[in-house]
Amino acid sequence: MTSMLRVDQLNVVFDRFQALRGVSLDVGQGESFGLVGESGSGKSTLLRAIAGLVPVASGTIAVGGQKLGKKRDKAFYRKVQMVFQDPYGSLHPRQTVDRLLQEPLAIHGFSDGEQRIRRALDEVGLGSGFRFRYSHQLSGGQRQRVAIARALIVEPSILLLDEPTSALDASVQAEVLNLLEQVRRDRELTFLMVSHDLAVIAHMCERLMVMQNGEAVESLAATSLATRDVSQHYTRRLLKASEGFVRT
Amino acid sequence: MSALLEVEDLRVTFPTRTGVVEAVRGVSFSLGRERLGIVGESGSGKSQTGRAIMGLTPPQARVSAAKLSFDGLDLMSLPGKQRRALRGNRIAMILQDPKYSLDPVMTIGRQIMETLRTHEKVGKTEARERTLQMLEAVQIRDPKRVFDLHPHEVSGGMGQRAMIAMMLIAEPELMIADEPTSALDVTVQLDVLNILDRLVADRGMGLIFISHDLRLVSSFCDRVIVMYAGKVVEELKASDLGRAEHPYTRGLLDCMPRIDADRHPLPVLDRKPEWAA
Repeated sequence: MTSMLRVDQLNVVFDRFQALRGVSLDVGQGESFGLVGESGSGKSTLLRAIAGLVPVASGTIAVGGQKLGKKRDKAFYRKVQMVFQDPYGSLHPRQTVDRLLQEPLAIHGFSDGEQRIRRALDEVGLGSGFRFRYSHQLSGGQRQRVAIARALIVEPSILLLDEPTSALDASVQAEVLNLLEQVRRDRELTFLMVSHDLAVIAHMCERLMVMQNGEAVESLAATSLATRDVSQHYTRRLLKASEGFVRT
Repeated sequence: MSALLEVEDLRVTFPTRTGVVEAVRGVSFSLGRERLGIVGESGSGKSQTGRAIMGLTPPQARVSAAKLSFDGLDLMSLPGKQRRALRGNRIAMILQDPKYSLDPVMTIGRQIMETLRTHEKVGKTEARERTLQMLEAVQIRDPKRVFDLHPHEVSGGMGQRAMIAMMLIAEPELMIADEPTSALDVTVQLDVLNILDRLVADRGMGLIFISHDLRLVSSFCDRVIVMYAGKVVEELKASDLGRAEHPYTRGLLDCMPRIDADRHPLPVLDRKPEWAA
């Protein structure tokens, strides 16, 4: 499998606080890779560092074999798109869905906007009835569908997903996860997905990395979660916690 | 078992520009000294049910009930002053996010002392002593240090423990916990639940645990009420969750991804209009 996204010895420092300590990972083309850990473990920082939203202190990031410089070029932003956790915060409150979807098209100079918007809305199961609504007229799940449509409309090859379903109800989460799997299959996308929920990662990803305090604790295949074949104590604790409350 | 709380045909309605919204539509249940879970999705009316019992419904909303009694007291007709005396004293509530529910400009110790001294006549020294004991009871390792910290100086797990300490210090008989662990990390979640579990068992409190997480609630509570669109669709013993009959309950259980099952695509809820009828 050819490497699509490769991170090598990445360090991120905020003032004196080291948020990432020498983290490396390699995600193959078409693969879905998960990052788990508790708050403050650095999983979201890693995603944001790849997207260029936080400064990198040292280490390298390569997309499709090409090393990224300090400043990302336009082609990078077309290739790599991100979906954020909070669909209430990530959509412009005073723009209609149509306007929201036109923005990335204008930035990347697409001419067939009309067609693309219609197709993108269809693809995420919203239909054209939603096109001229504002985000406050949509439910949480519908907003997240708009956010996914906005990411997909420029035809990226990598999607960075930062807790895409943790603000949603369980039943809506299932719908959005199904949608993400569908588009990944249809477009042969590569996913890098962050979640605090081991079950979501196990469902969506082939491989995953467990993080704690800015470091990688363990990398493993999703199937070894089901067979409880894990070597680190911290991973075992996470697994146990995901089983629910046990009266002692 | 004598009922601590009896709720019959509870309704909460909100007037809005486009008409009346019925958030809670005729909920009935009774609670002894046990752990009762209320589960449902956002908008199912579970939080408004808890708030109506507590008397914290927003002023523009209307609450009505055929019966709403706590230990023989009729909460619907109780004057505001007496209702307020109950709140925090005999009925307490834990909210979701300690970041928003603790006073940001008061130290944790002072907030807890304030609660205690509002409800009981105790001197400052004794109040401080009891506050420190309570902080210790919620497994805060260095209570003296935490006593003097402000809420922004502690982690979410620690803040939620402080909140539980504050709610328990007046030794309530009924505790309403509205998503007490949803803002916490999974590993911290279990610690907080353990503390809550032990305190409820030791003190013989009644507990209403409100959550969207059906599986968590059923592992923690004795009984579970499932709400949909402001109504109770099913009530069952937590141990019988696997035998749930209502398609909504079954759907909620089914749609969550599991670590040891490979199900692609995940089953989704097929909402039927008659569930809300």
